Amino acid sequence: MRYLVPIAIFGVLVAVLFIGLKLDPRYVPSPLINKPAPEFSLETLDDPAIIRTKADLLGRPVLVNIFASWCSACRVEHPLLMEIAQREQVEIIGIDYKDSRADGRALLQAHGNPYRDVLFDPAGKLGLDLGVYGVPETFVLDRRGVIRFKQVGPLTPEAWRNDVKPLLAKLVAEPAP
Amino acid sequence: MIRACLALCLWAVALAAPAADTPFEFAQPEQAARYQRLAEELRCLVCQNQSLADSHADLAQDLRNEVYRMITAGQSDREIIDFLVARYGEFVLYRPPVSPLTWLLWFGPALLLAIAGGVWWRIARRRPEVPPPDSGEDAAVAALTGKSPESP
Repeated sequence: MRYLVPIAIFGVLVAVLFIGLKLDPRYVPSPLINKPAPEFSLETLDDPAIIRTKADLLGRPVLVNIFASWCSACRVEHPLLMEIAQREQVEIIGIDYKDSRADGRALLQAHGNPYRDVLFDPAGKLGLDLGVYGVPETFVLDRRGVIRFKQVGPLTPEAWRNDVKPLLAKLVAEPAP
Repeated sequence: MIRACLALCLWAVALAAPAADTPFEFAQPEQAARYQRLAEELRCLVCQNQSLADSHADLAQDLRNEVYRMITAGQSDREIIDFLVARYGEFVLYRPPVSPLTWLLWFGPALLLAIAGGVWWRIARRRPEVPPPDSGEDAAVAALTGKSPESP
């Protein structure tokens, strides 16, 4: 009986530490979830004469994917983005983050372009406003332009299946404003 | 699984890419002091055990540039901190504000100390007192040694 209490405390400690092992210490909860996406005004990667603003993202749910040619983890998620672009209804908007125009274009030429539109953010201004801290990052915006989900690091098939796809289905079903 | 692991590793490498630091110049020494204090109080999101002032990560450089820009634009410390918290959350603060979310963080150590004190007090109280020396024993000792039990 007198050993029961220390063993119970030990058990609780083991359980807490075990849960701690499974948490990702790099994960930083974003304060932007359920907040409106920031305003921006950026050239497209293809054509510096074409300017895109937040208004271009409204009206339907979109995936916004921050990528760069220098980002090796982006190559890993790229095939998944290609597959989503081909098979699914959702539009993917790319943001070429802190990159050169030539490198960004070359990347899409070599590996394929899953994006409906690619915005060029060489100074990382929009990235800063979106609280980007680890490229690639993927945001889900609803039709009002409110950020509903954020994935830091490569979008994985599990995250797509379990989080993003069900959320998009829900957002499509939401009534138009 | 291996792909996911590889992706994570590559991502970590991308995060760790170092950047050249540019020293800033301020018009007034007071601004330089504010910059230094803010950079030490704000946490780098990439190298989470480093402050913005310590970190060589690319993102830390960007955030330092931003802090510099806002100081030279005449914005207050409060405005700069609010700007960063709005984007990165209270995580960027090394001294997070006291809120229900951070109660455990702020008061947890005091709570643990109180629990430890309570346990110690209970154990100390339960332990029986040392019994007073038996007076019969004293008399026997006195009889054997020939000294009165009162004398030490």
